[in-house]
Amino acid sequence: MRAQIEGSQAVAEVVVLCRPEVIAAYPISPQTHIVERLSRMVKRGDAGSCQYLNVESEFAALSVLIGASAAGARTYTATTSQGLLFMAEAVYNAAGLGLPIVMTIANRAVGAPINIWNDHSDSMALRDAGWIQLYAETNQEAADLHIQAFRLAEELSCPVMVCMDGYILTHAYEPVDVPDQTAVDTFLPAFSPVQVLDPNAPISIGAMVGPEAFTEVKYLAHQQHLRALSLIPEMAGDFERQFHRLSGGLYAPYRMEDAEIAVIALGSVIGTIKDAVDELRLEGIAAGCVKIGCYRPFPSLQLRAALEGVSRVIVVEKDLAVGVGGIVSADVRMALQGSAVPVHTVIAGLGGRSISIASLKRMVIEARAERLNEPHFLDLHTTVIDAEQSRRREQRRAGPIAEQVLRAVKAIGAKAT
Amino acid sequence: MQTVRIHGRGGQGVVTAAELLSIAAFADGRYAQAFPSFGSERMGAPVMAFCRIDERAIRTREAVTHPDVVIVQDPTLLHQVDVFGGLSAQGYVLINSTRSVEELGLDKFLNAFPDGHVCVVPASDIGVTHMQRPVANTPLLGAFAAMTGLVELASVQSAIRQRFPGALGEANAAASKDGYDHVIACLSQERSDSHHARAN
Amino acid sequence: MSTQRIKFYQTGTYTAGNRLLDEEARTVQSRMDRTNSLNSGHRACQGCGEALGARYAVDAAMRASHNRLIAINATGCLEVFSSPYPESAWRIPWMHSLFGNAPAVASGVAAALRAKGRGDVRVIAQGGDGATVDIGFGCLSGMFERNDDVLYLCYDNEAYMNTGIQRSGATPAFARTNTTQAVGEVPGNLPGTGKNVPRIAMAHGIPYVATASIADLHDLEKKVAIAMSLEGARYIHIHVPCPLGWGSDPAHTMNVARMAVESGLFPLFEARSGRVVERTRIRHKVSVERYLELQTRFKHLLDPRRNEAAIAAIQSIADENIAAYGLLG
Repeated sequence: MRAQIEGSQAVAEVVVLCRPEVIAAYPISPQTHIVERLSRMVKRGDAGSCQYLNVESEFAALSVLIGASAAGARTYTATTSQGLLFMAEAVYNAAGLGLPIVMTIANRAVGAPINIWNDHSDSMALRDAGWIQLYAETNQEAADLHIQAFRLAEELSCPVMVCMDGYILTHAYEPVDVPDQTAVDTFLPAFSPVQVLDPNAPISIGAMVGPEAFTEVKYLAHQQHLRALSLIPEMAGDFERQFHRLSGGLYAPYRMEDAEIAVIALGSVIGTIKDAVDELRLEGIAAGCVKIGCYRPFPSLQLRAALEGVSRVIVVEKDLAVGVGGIVSADVRMALQGSAVPVHTVIAGLGGRSISIASLKRMVIEARAERLNEPHFLDLHTTVIDAEQSRRREQRRAGPIAEQVLRAVKAIGAKAT
Repeated sequence: MQTVRIHGRGGQGVVTAAELLSIAAFADGRYAQAFPSFGSERMGAPVMAFCRIDERAIRTREAVTHPDVVIVQDPTLLHQVDVFGGLSAQGYVLINSTRSVEELGLDKFLNAFPDGHVCVVPASDIGVTHMQRPVANTPLLGAFAAMTGLVELASVQSAIRQRFPGALGEANAAASKDGYDHVIACLSQERSDSHHARAN
Repeated sequence: MSTQRIKFYQTGTYTAGNRLLDEEARTVQSRMDRTNSLNSGHRACQGCGEALGARYAVDAAMRASHNRLIAINATGCLEVFSSPYPESAWRIPWMHSLFGNAPAVASGVAAALRAKGRGDVRVIAQGGDGATVDIGFGCLSGMFERNDDVLYLCYDNEAYMNTGIQRSGATPAFARTNTTQAVGEVPGNLPGTGKNVPRIAMAHGIPYVATASIADLHDLEKKVAIAMSLEGARYIHIHVPCPLGWGSDPAHTMNVARMAVESGLFPLFEARSGRVVERTRIRHKVSVERYLELQTRFKHLLDPRRNEAAIAAIQSIADENIAAYGLLG
C-alpha cells in the first residue's frame, strides 16, 4: 500500500514482511527508528515467532546473527558509523563464514570528530570485507532493496549491506509503496541454508585455515561475490516484473543517451543531481548522471559500457580516503582504464553538509572549463582553512583541530554579519 | 514546488508538524517530502523541520535555504534565530503569538510582504483550549491551510487523526480548525482594513 | 544385617569405586554410549587440563540433552587444537566465530532455535579465561542479563595460553606470565588485580553458577547435568591446569588441580539466582606452598629465596576463600 511514511518505518515494515526469524538490535542514531519500530512489531505479534534481542553492543548484534544464521534462521540488524566499525571484526567473520545476513547501514560519518550526520565513510570503511553493498536513492528503493537483499544473500550465501543515507532518507517522510505479504512471499522463498548447525548432521564451522589453503578459500569467496554481478540485474528484472517498478540493479543511467559529461554518485544525492542535470540541459550543457546501485562487487564492465561516448566524468562522493582523495573515483578510474576520458573527484557532503543544485551546476561548469582542482572539495570554506592553517603555523601547541575550526567558523561567520 | 520551514524548540512537535503537513499534501494527491534538521535529542533546543510540496515526484535532497513559507512555533526564537533567512519576498509567514506584529517588533519587516501573507496566530492558546496544553503545531497547520491553500483543512485533520488516536486526535483536529478559522478572520480583517485605508 | 554406605571419592573409569557404584552414579565418561564429542586425534599438549575438562563437560551436556546439542567455541587453545582445517575433532554441531563473541553467538543460536520451535536442542558456549573474563566479558554480561538459554563453560587456565602465555584478568597474584614477568619490585602478576567472574555471574542473578575442577571430574559432570536441567543463562567456571603455561609436570595435571582445590585457592561451589547453595568441603587442607611448588610460574616465590610476603598474601587469599565459603566447616 502506498502511503506517506518515514523511511525507517518503510524499512521496518518491509523487513517484517521478509519473515526474519532473529533480529538483533543495538541503538545508534540515525538507525534508531528502524529498530524501535521492529521492536514494536515483534512484540505485538506481527512477526510470528521472530525473536528480537536487545544486545549490549553492535559487536554483539552481529555476533548474535552469526550464531542465528548458522543455526538456519533468517537474520537482520541495522547499524551505522561507529557501530559498524565496532562490529568490524564480526563483519569480516560473517562474510568469511558465508552467512546470508542482511544489515541496513543508515550511512553516517565516522568520527573523530564525532558527527551524527550523513556521509558514506562508514560503509566505505568496510567495502572490502566481502559483503555485497547496495545503495538506495529513495525510501522506496531502500524498502525494495531489502526484499532483494534477502534473496540475493541466501542465493549466494553472502551477507548484504543495504545502505541508505542517514537522516536524509531514514528520517524523511515521502511516499512509499509497502508491498503486501503475498507479494513478498512470492518473490522471497523460505531460507534454505547451505550450511547449518544441526544435531542430526553435525558439522564444524569456523576452522582455522593455514597458508596451504587460505588463498583458495578467498579466491572462491571472490568468485562467489562476482556472481552477484549477474544475479543482481536478474533479480532487479524479476522485481520489476512482479512489482512494476524499477528498483535496484547494478546502476541506473539518467539522460545518458547523448551525455557529454556524466556525474556518478551513490545514494540519495542522485536525486539532487538529476535536478541539476535537468537545469544544466536547459542551459545547453549535455549532462547526464549514473547512479551506482551496487557498489560491491563493483560493476566495472557495466559502468564502462554506460559511460561509452562520454567525454568527461565527475564522481561526486560522500567519503574521503585521507591522504589519497577519492574512493569511488578510484574504482571508476580502474573501470575506465585505458580510456582517455578525464575523471574528476569531487568530495561532497561530508559530515552531512548539504549538497545544493547550485553547487553541483557550478561544479559541472568548472569541470568543463578544466578549472576544477583534484580532488575538489565542494563548497570548502577556504577562509576557515586559511585561518586555521596560519594559526597552526604560529604555535606548536595549537590545540585540537575540530574545536579550533568550529571557533573559526563562528568567528568568520560573526565577522561576515 | 513549494517549500515550508517550521521553527520551534525541541519537544514542541515541530518535526511532527512537518510530517503531518506532508501526509496532508499526500492525501490531496500531491507529492511531499518532510524532514527535520537534526541534532542530538534535547528538549528546548531550537529545531527546524522542512516540507516540500509539489505536483510531481520530488527528487532533490538539498537543505531548504529559500523557503516559501516560514512558520514560527515559538516566538522566543524570533530575535534569537534567523527564522526569516532566505524567505522569498513573496513568501508567507505564520507566527505563534498573542502579540501583534507591531508588539513583536517585526512590523517594518513583515509589512513589506504582500497582503494576506502574514498572520499571527495565538496557537498555544488554542492548544490550551482544546488539549489543555500549549500545543501550537496543529493549530498552525490549520492556519497554514487557510493562508496558503497548499493543503486542504480536511486533509490536515485526517492526517492528525491518523497520527493521534481517539480523543487526542479529535481535540487536535478541532484545534486545527480554530487555527484555520483564525487566519480566515485575520485575512478578511486585513482586506477590510486595507480597503478602508484605500478608501481614506 | 546392617549396611554401611561407603563413599568412593575417586570414581573414574578405572577405579574400583566406579564399578561398585549404582549405574546412575557412574560418570558419563565411563559409559559405552558416551558421545566422545571431542574425539581423539586433536592436537592438545600432553597433560592438557582443558582437553580433559572439555571432553567430560561436553559429553555430560550431550547426555543431558539426549544428543541434541550445539556448541559455540571462542578462539583459543580448545578451538585451535580441535579444528585444524581440513579436520575437526568435534563429533557434534560446532562453530567457532571470533575471540570475543562466543556468548553472543550462542545467544543467537538459542534465539534461532526458539524461533523455529526447537526447544529440544540445547546450546553451550565455551571459551578460555581470556575469551570469557576479558575480551568476551561484555557479551557474557549481555547473555546473562537477557537470561538467554545458554550454558557457558569457561576453561580457566589463568592466562592467554594459545598466544604464548600472557596475563589475563584471571591470572592469579604473583604468577609469572610473559607480560607479568618475575622481575622488578613486585614479581609476576600484580596482586589486587583481576576479576572473579563466578561472583560476577552470580551478581547477574542467573539461575545457576558453579565452579568446578578437573580434580573432581565426577563433580564437574554432575554440575553440567544440573545446569542442563535448567533453562536460562548458566555458567560453570572450570579450573584447568596448563602444564606448558604453568610449568608443571604434564603427568601431574590432576594433582596440580587437586592442590588448588585442597589449599582453598580454587573453591568449589554452586549458586542459584545469586546465592551460594552448595560447596565442596576440603578433604585434606594443604598450605598454598604445596600448590605453588608444583609450578615454575611461581618458582620465583620460592627460589633462590622465599618471598615470604607474597606467599603469605597468597595464603591469605586461600584462607579468605575457606572462611567465605565454609570450606572446612
